[in-house]
Amino acid sequence: MIEQNTQIIFNKKIAPGTFLMGLRSAEIVIQARPGQFVMIRVGPNTDPLLRRPFSICGTRGDDLFLILYKVVGKGTAIMSNAVKGEKLSVVGPLGRGFELPEPGRKSIFVSGGIGVAPLVFLAQAVKSNLLFIAGYRSANEIVPMEQVGLNLTDISIATDDGTAGHPGFVTELLASHLTESAEGHLKIFTCGPLPMLKRVAALTIERDIPCQVSLEATMACGLGACQGCAVRASKDGNKTYYHVCQDGPVFDVHTIDWESL
Amino acid sequence: MSEPDLKVRIGPLELKNPVLTASGTFGYGQEFSELIDLNELGGIVVKGLSLKPRAGNPPPRIVETPCGMLNAIGLANIGLENFLKEKLPRLQRLNTAVIVNIYGHSIDEYGAVAAGLKGVEGISAIEVNISCPNVDKGGMTFGTDPDISAQVTEKVLENTDKPVIVKLSPNVTDITVIAKAVEKAGAHAVSLINTLTGMAIDIETRVPKLANISGGLSGPAIRPVAVYMVCQVARSVKIPVIGVGGIMDYRNALEFLMAGASAVQVGTANFVDPRVSIKVIEGLRKFCKDQGITKIEEITGSLKVE
Repeated sequence: MIEQNTQIIFNKKIAPGTFLMGLRSAEIVIQARPGQFVMIRVGPNTDPLLRRPFSICGTRGDDLFLILYKVVGKGTAIMSNAVKGEKLSVVGPLGRGFELPEPGRKSIFVSGGIGVAPLVFLAQAVKSNLLFIAGYRSANEIVPMEQVGLNLTDISIATDDGTAGHPGFVTELLASHLTESAEGHLKIFTCGPLPMLKRVAALTIERDIPCQVSLEATMACGLGACQGCAVRASKDGNKTYYHVCQDGPVFDVHTIDWESL
Repeated sequence: MSEPDLKVRIGPLELKNPVLTASGTFGYGQEFSELIDLNELGGIVVKGLSLKPRAGNPPPRIVETPCGMLNAIGLANIGLENFLKEKLPRLQRLNTAVIVNIYGHSIDEYGAVAAGLKGVEGISAIEVNISCPNVDKGGMTFGTDPDISAQVTEKVLENTDKPVIVKLSPNVTDITVIAKAVEKAGAHAVSLINTLTGMAIDIETRVPKLANISGGLSGPAIRPVAVYMVCQVARSVKIPVIGVGGIMDYRNALEFLMAGASAVQVGTANFVDPRVSIKVIEGLRKFCKDQGITKIEEITGSLKVE
């Protein structure tokens, strides 16, 4: 983990309201593991005050890492106006990433919206025996995979409004792949909005399929100091809360109390 | 010109420089050890410690506000026993002041936590958080009543061999009344301010943004309030004052020193820039050099008022 002023190499709009930013840091690239995140300070001012957490969306070469983000508030709006050559202070890489699937096991990646970001990085590491199911609200939100450096043969799209791919939820597509014959050989990796994650959790827990979930939380520090990003733990363990920044952001599906979310 | 002397005295406690990290914003120090040299700090005030472990409040626990943040962590911590076993050994190896922030839900619990730290090596002082609810008095905050604040102070002093700093709540009518009460009770120093109680509402859902409904406001938004209260308290008591509240850089730290603080704590800024405390120290050193100040202690209370 380091704190560094990293240079913006590019910051381009790849879908309406969705941006891909490339930042230069050989130190972060060498340390980064799929599922980890960085805390970015969007500027020198105190409003907005706090850093913003972003999953690492991949690396290019030995000194460029990618951030995929959607403009949702003040911080991301400022980021979207940043131009090549400007510098942003980054702390990272942070948190616990994904555990790679064992050889021979088929991976299914399930993303919702901007939740594709950490799974793109993971796909770069997993490469084969992988099905990527990406859900979006509408066709115009689709993140073009080739733009984020991914050339996948096996990718399915679902849109809530039916404007592209499967008309309906991404979890319906997932359910169609969870056939009895496949169950013992699958591993699910997922990131996206909470209702989607809860559905994925229910589907995988009832079928006893291993599943890793990347959670999002409001964070102040990202370092485990503020304890602001608490998420309720399932009754299995001896903890009441986990901290998304340190115990996660990637969790085994069984460790989270989904009822509380 | 030779290097300025940054040492300050907080009663019986000597600090190598006047910059401490505030409780609850710096964990147990180790969270930041990959990013800064902790030994450069004037000291670390560790996360608030209670007798038994506390899980804390349900999420959401934090929300950003203009130039600040509200938090309702709920004083989550690992408890006295785990602190001594798991966190203290690393802190003992540091060459900086380690100040343990303690709290309780009854006056006896304050005494018990202090007693548990008695005689323990590597702890430079105790900071007493009196901004938490008193279960014996229907949840009223200890620190809003001068008599109860004094009783807590006395109880901690009876049970400790270390200097005692009482951290004052700003959520009172007149903070100098509380400051004088804890001074009379024997406190070696006061630190102020703790967070200001606040609230934020999601207007779409009409639900409070924090699960706890209210929370403590911190960050640069509260700094002018903190500077004023430090100024008032420094003029009301003879014991040293530690200034806390929204310090983002050395200029902000200087305001507190000039208002009468002998040292400062950097809090929320640690989240924004994990290296900020070191930058504040460097900034203060340079300011002293540029101004020909040989001892930083000279700045304390140097405010000019007609």
